[in-house]
Formats: sequence, structure tokens, C-alpha cells
Amino acid sequence: MKLNPRILQLVAMAALSLYLVVGVAPPAQAMHIMEGFLPVGWAVFWWIVSLPFFILGLRSLARIARENPELKLLLALAGAFSFVLSALKIPSVTGSCSHPTGTGLGAVLFGPSVMTVLGSLVLIFQAVLLAHGGLTTLGANVFSMAIVGPWVAYGVYRLFANSDKQKLAVFLAAALGGLVTYIVTSIQLALAFPAASGGFVAAFVKFAGIFALTQIPLAISEGLLTVLVWNWLQSYATDELQTLKVLKTGA
Amino acid sequence: METQYRQKPQKQGNWLIVFAVIALAVLPLIFVKGEYGGADGEAEEAIGEIQPDYEPWFEAVFEPPSGEIESLLFVSQAAIGAGVIGYAIGFYRGRTERKPSGKE
Repeated sequence: MKLNPRILQLVAMAALSLYLVVGVAPPAQAMHIMEGFLPVGWAVFWWIVSLPFFILGLRSLARIARENPELKLLLALAGAFSFVLSALKIPSVTGSCSHPTGTGLGAVLFGPSVMTVLGSLVLIFQAVLLAHGGLTTLGANVFSMAIVGPWVAYGVYRLFANSDKQKLAVFLAAALGGLVTYIVTSIQLALAFPAASGGFVAAFVKFAGIFALTQIPLAISEGLLTVLVWNWLQSYATDELQTLKVLKTGA
Repeated sequence: METQYRQKPQKQGNWLIVFAVIALAVLPLIFVKGEYGGADGEAEEAIGEIQPDYEPWFEAVFEPPSGEIESLLFVSQAAIGAGVIGYAIGFYRGRTERKPSGKE
């Protein structure tokens, strides 16, 4: 337990060195899908796919706020965490910048549905005010960042539910959630723009080279930052974590 | 009680985490030559290579008038979030330290 953070650092450092040695891809910028860059059919399709999740999320959010009003501050914290991380454009080993998603923390604390709503709010903010992402592509971006990412994070965390490696679980949940978000983005783009030769697979390799590769070190950062906040919560918000049953009794 | 006992090593761990995150961001800047910019241009170019005749069919509702305004909005986003996180952590910490049983 005590050694975990240090092990995480070592793993992070080792991984980073590996990427630096493995070599450099052409510069790329991993981001959301830009406004207008999905054909109409696909844009509508992803909206339809994402909407039910969003509605479920709203209900889940309302239930938590109603039954445990004392958790509202923690909800705000989970949303704010995603807000901050999405605003940080961090340089990556591909010689370009991208930003983490920050949805892992909320997914681990409250479950994935709640993060669908909070993540969507972040995406709407960026689409409307920053011309980053877009309204037509909002459905697709919500699906990758606010649905699949949190569900992966939640699933990974549940795998460790009964182990004493809580920190490792939180790290992996956040890191993999962030990474998978961008893999889904690559899949979405490859589906909409299959290559003339090689079709979907060739296009996916191309987009994944842009999106997923850049995201790898950022996923590690995302995992580490999530563990940082997790440590604080474990020290000071024990009651709330007990309420959420994410902190094992007596741990 | 155990939480209290664990706090010290945990704090050191936190500093290591902060250091690692900074290192992850700075090392590429030192060792990797690149543009380090270019908003969403790369994916746009890739789409252009695959389907040269694709035209985006919708424009952003609002574009920040300049790079300065854009950075202002990004900073606002980070600042609002950081403020809420700081408030929440501070609130929880203050509450924990006021508990008579919380301190040894």
C-alpha cells in the first residue's frame, strides 16, 4: 500500500523512457472530432447512441443529489477535475499536444452514468466557447469521452474491487479510460472515413497513430493526477467515500 | 485512525506524483522536436488525405476572435475547475481537522 505510489512513478518513468527510445511519430494533435468533420449520417447516429446514456446519467445524478445531498460537493469536485484536465494541453512524445479527459475520477467515485453528464458539460463548454470539438460532432465526442471512457474506467476499477491495491486500481482506471477515449475517437473517424485502399483498418491505423499514440503519456499523467486527488480524498473525505462504498470498511 | 497514520508517507508520494507529471510533460519538449501546436489540424489533414473531396458541412457557432481570447477561455476553464477542487479539498480538510477524534 505504502509503496504503491513509488511503484507507479517507476512504472511511469520506465514507460516514458521506452517511448522516447522507440522513436518519434510525425507531429500530431489528439483532440475531439472537429465541428462539421463527421458526415451528417454519422453525426446523427452518434447523437442517437449517446442520448439514452445522457438521460440515464441525468437520472442517476438527480438520485444522488436527492438521496445524499452531502455528496454534492464531491460531485462538483469530480466535474471540476474533468474541467481542469480538459483545459490542460500537455506536450507529448509525438511532438504535439493533447489533453487528458479527467473522467476517471468521477467514474470510480460515482459510477459511469454520472460522468456522462459531467463530461458532456465539459464538451459543450469547449464546443460552444472554444470552437474545440463541435455541436454536430457532440454525440460522437460524448460517446468516446463521456460514455466509453468512464465505463472502461469503472470496469477496470471494479476488477480490483476486493483487492487492497486501491491506488493501482484508480491509476489504471483513469489511465485506460483516457486512452480508450481516443481509441474510440479513432474508430469513429475510421468508420466515417474509410481509406480508399485498405478501408476501415487502414484508416483506423492512420487515425490511431494520430490520436492514441499522442495520448499514451497523457494517459499516464491522467492516472497519476487522479491518484493525487484520490489520496487527498482518502485523507480528508473519508465519510463521503464510505457513503459511496468505494473505500473498504476498515481499510 | 489508520488514515492519520498514513498521511505522512502519502504526502511524500503526492510530491513524487506531481514531479512525475511535470517530467512527463517536460521531457518530450526537451527530447522530441516537433511543432507542439496545430489545434486539430492533423486529423483534418488525415481526413483530407483519405477523402480529399470532403467538405465540413458545419462551422463552429463561435470562434474565439484571436489566440489571446482562446487562451483566456482555456485559462478560465482551468481556473474555475481548480478553484472548485481547491475549495472542496480545503473544506474536507478543515472538517477533518476539527474533529476531536481526527487528531492524535
